[in-house]
Amino acid sequence: MRGQDHLRLTRMRVLIGSFLAAVIGASTALAEMGTELTGGVPYTEEAPAKPIPKWTIDDIRRMRAYPDQPPVIPHSIEGYQLSVNTNRCLSCHKREFTEGSGAPMISVTHYMTRDNQMIADVSPRRYFCTSCHVPQADTPPLVGNTFEDMSKLGVRHLGGE
Amino acid sequence: MEWLKRLWAWAWAFLRRPAVTLSLPFLTLGGFVGGVMFWGAFNTALEITNTEQFCISCHEMKNNVYQELTRTVHFTNRSGVRASCPDCHVPHDWTDKIARKMQASKEVWGKIFGTIDTRRKFLDHRLELAQHEWHRMKANDSLECRNCHSSMAMDLTKQTSRAAEIHTRFLFSGEATCIDCHKGIAHELPNMEGVDPGWKVPPELSAPPQAALERQEFLAWLNKKRD
Repeated sequence: MRGQDHLRLTRMRVLIGSFLAAVIGASTALAEMGTELTGGVPYTEEAPAKPIPKWTIDDIRRMRAYPDQPPVIPHSIEGYQLSVNTNRCLSCHKREFTEGSGAPMISVTHYMTRDNQMIADVSPRRYFCTSCHVPQADTPPLVGNTFEDMSKLGVRHLGGE
Repeated sequence: MEWLKRLWAWAWAFLRRPAVTLSLPFLTLGGFVGGVMFWGAFNTALEITNTEQFCISCHEMKNNVYQELTRTVHFTNRSGVRASCPDCHVPHDWTDKIARKMQASKEVWGKIFGTIDTRRKFLDHRLELAQHEWHRMKANDSLECRNCHSSMAMDLTKQTSRAAEIHTRFLFSGEATCIDCHKGIAHELPNMEGVDPGWKVPPELSAPPQAALERQEFLAWLNKKRD
């Protein structure tokens, strides 16, 4: 009995030890991730804020990185009000206003319910534009990226054979 | 009632009686100096009511509209030019200014009776208050904007092509004025449901006349078929 107890205790120790190791390892990894994003400053400290970069405002439509990427905004949206009361984006990009503003109309997918039923106005779930569409600035990326365009991955077109 | 009548009679007699102890030059000069002092005091008082400090001495202004202004480009910007309340809300010309100040007596009434003395009440009245300002700006062709932003001094090459195009199409042609498109640049907007942006093409202009005619013909034809 005594021997068995001893054995069980050892197992417990091994278990606790490995658990601690895992926790320490994970937190170290997290800390490293943190420093990568803040530019070398540990996450426990406050990183000095860099000056806000200048927005890209050339009004040239950017190519999407993949077909269903939300298009990015090629103009400044500084000071645009987007609240339950008013939506500055829609005042140009909504279907009824595009003739006067000359802005591209938001896509038809925004005039659909969850179940793909067409509706007359912009769907409430699509109302807050900036949750998907963002303005651009020319800044170096914070983390490395190995993204490759899908058209360069040897895409085979339907009916191509 | 009787004593009031007696007081009135005495005051009237006093005012009508020519001065007997004061000389004419004294009265003339005194009147002049008194007039200058009155005018100076009047204008000074007017100027005091025409400052940001005066506006935000009321909590209604300080806690609502002023807080919102501090977050906009008219409060802080790269060149450090600031527009304060009266720059946009009070006309600079004397006659217009006095007219606006007389209107403002209604605002004093509102202050005394607490029309917007809570945030909730202010939000409930926001559309109405905003509409007053939009109408005023529309009526005077956005004069207060143009006190600083003159369309003559606008360098279109310094604007983005989008802004230049829109200004050429709407502003320079006189089709629209600043406030038509630039609502809510200094304060948060009320519920804008039903308030169309300045570039919304009115229905009678959105379809070319020829197409409208064809549509009418088509509808007439359709009605005939139905009968």
